[in-house]
Amino acid sequence: MEGGTLLQVQDLVLGCRGRPYPLVGRVSFRLRAGEIFGLVGESGCGKSLTGLACLALFPPGVKPLSGRVVFRDTDLLSLPEEKRRKFRGRHLGLIFQEPLNALNPVFTVGHQVEEVLHLHRGLSGETARQETVRLFSEAGLPDPELRLRNYPHELSGGMRQRVMIAMALAGDPDLLVADEPTTALDVTVQAQILELFLELRTRRGLSILFISHDLAVIREVADRVAVMYAGEIVEEAPRDELFSSPLHPYTRALLAAFPRLGTRKLEVLPGQVPPPGTWPRGCRFAPRCPEKISLCVEKHPELKEIRPHHRVRCLRV
Amino acid sequence: MTVLELREVSKSYRLRGFLRQGPELQVLAGVSLSLKRHEILGLVGESGCGKSTLARLALALEKPDRGEFLFLGRPYWRLPRRERRGLRPRLQAVFQDPAASLNPRMRIGDLISEPLRLQGASREEARNRTLEMMKMVGLPEEALSRFPHQLSGGQRQRVALARALITHPEVVVLDEPTSALDVSVQAQILNLLLDLQRRFGVSYIFISHDLPVVLYLAHRVAVMYLGEIVEMAPAADLEKPGLHPYTELLLASIPGERRKRPVIGEPPSLLQRPRGCVFHPRCPEARPICQREKPPLRRVSPEHFLACHRR
Ligand SMILES: Nc1ncnc2c1ncn2[C@@H]1O[C@H](COP(=O)(O)OP(=O)(O)O)[C@@H](O)[C@H]1O
Ligand code: SF4
Ligand code: SF4
Ligand SMILES: [Mg+2]
Repeated sequence: MEGGTLLQVQDLVLGCRGRPYPLVGRVSFRLRAGEIFGLVGESGCGKSLTGLACLALFPPGVKPLSGRVVFRDTDLLSLPEEKRRKFRGRHLGLIFQEPLNALNPVFTVGHQVEEVLHLHRGLSGETARQETVRLFSEAGLPDPELRLRNYPHELSGGMRQRVMIAMALAGDPDLLVADEPTTALDVTVQAQILELFLELRTRRGLSILFISHDLAVIREVADRVAVMYAGEIVEEAPRDELFSSPLHPYTRALLAAFPRLGTRKLEVLPGQVPPPGTWPRGCRFAPRCPEKISLCVEKHPELKEIRPHHRVRCLRV
Repeated sequence: MTVLELREVSKSYRLRGFLRQGPELQVLAGVSLSLKRHEILGLVGESGCGKSTLARLALALEKPDRGEFLFLGRPYWRLPRRERRGLRPRLQAVFQDPAASLNPRMRIGDLISEPLRLQGASREEARNRTLEMMKMVGLPEEALSRFPHQLSGGQRQRVALARALITHPEVVVLDEPTSALDVSVQAQILNLLLDLQRRFGVSYIFISHDLPVVLYLAHRVAVMYLGEIVEMAPAADLEKPGLHPYTELLLASIPGERRKRPVIGEPPSLLQRPRGCVFHPRCPEARPICQREKPPLRRVSPEHFLACHRR
């Protein structure tokens, strides 16, 4: 998977009005064309804010303090909002955990996808309807024609997530940001939605920024993985390398604490992720790190390329 | 020795309709299950399959419509009220969201000691036992005078555990106790659960949708689908062939492991419980008989039960 760079996030720092400390920072990574890039970490480490920032979206009060988000040749953060919206409509799609919050309960799901097709691709009438049916079937909805007239609450969680995926595909995007898209689903449904993401990547050559707190889910879908801790990436590597030879002490501790089939003993990592505003000055993982040395408390490590394509933020690696 | 047993229990709820009464929803259909002393029984299944209803029956919070609930060998719901009240504290619960189950206006110290105080323990004794429990579950003494919202999710779950164990109950039912926690905190709580189970010699019913978590903790596993137990086996047996097709589907659904078979379909609503084998619409091995006849839960080896015509 050696596609060219599609999206580049550079030294991104996010802050919040009324708070003197950053929520995320500084984050840099590249997403290649046609790859699934997994962003994994425990809650509050900044995955969602980073994912939204890739679409130049910011929750109320949150704003970029520095850095760039470059899609092909366009720096999204320097565009005015009107242009950003157009850009999103044509190139970017967003899928998150609970589709019920994103779907309008008073309109049929068919109508909602047709709206998007009208807005971003100028389709209407029978053409829009046919394209909606095609998108529904691409998203794996059974009986796509019948689904057009369903309201969101008439569908199961898995089917609603398929509608969300169809809607995200309606603008024919190059990049999808999927934030915990299977976290609310049952395991057997999750397995099917994960396969759908893999299929879409292959069929459409889509790039996907796949965000999850679940290491097993990331292991299943991602080509490359970045592990976040306290607002920054601490390790980034191709999937197999990350899971078979993790180098950062946090990644290793996280994997040892994660139950898999056949796990006999879970190794406990004491403590919890420090929230923004309480990050230690040196290495942010130092208070919990079994391998820290005195230098770790003073010096904040840089993300360094240790091997080709494998970056680690640790003074001892 | 068996400490708790559900025998052929069923439970239905009447749904509220508009103007008229709605349809009846059968959540549990003839479920049998027993829990041995010092045992951890894992209960796994997808959302809405009846796990939490089963938990409420096993906690004597609700009465089954049919069937028997035996606790310490006694038919709980046929006992006089006074006797039932004496048995209640020996059954304790821990739920997914401790924020919802812990009174937000009570201090941690009072929350943990309350069950003991209700049994008539003196202030002095309650305080000593509370401090002892806090140490065992890994809560700092400063937490004594805090309120639940001042603690992290993991710490609140430690409070719930201390509160559940302070009266030395026979059985603790844990309903998705780590599902809302982060990986590193989940591992802390899982290992703590194992440690406490050994120290107190208590039995657990551990309910979760997460099969690897259940297999890590449990000695024996019961698999539920649409209000029925379709398989019950020692945890180690789930690594062997010959499992119920639904158990195989659950195993194949675990992400990040090499998938051995395709995963299809979604669990149907309890309102549309299929005839015959409840799993037949999703089962790749279904035969005509599966649509007509419900397979009984059969013993296939001394500790292994499953309900399937083809195993
Ligand atoms: N709208 C917001 N305003 C202020 N702080 C926020 C906002 N959204 C998230 N945060 C804070 O930023 C940090 C990172 O959040 P988030 O990106 O949601 O993490 P994750 O997705 O990894 O759980 C958290 O501490 C969170 O509380
Ligand atoms: S820099 Fe030091 S404290 Fe941080 S992860 Fe590496 S060894 Fe641990
Ligand atoms: S009884 Fe038939 S449908 Fe049910 S699990 Fe067995 S083979 Fe499948
Ligand atoms: Mg998030």
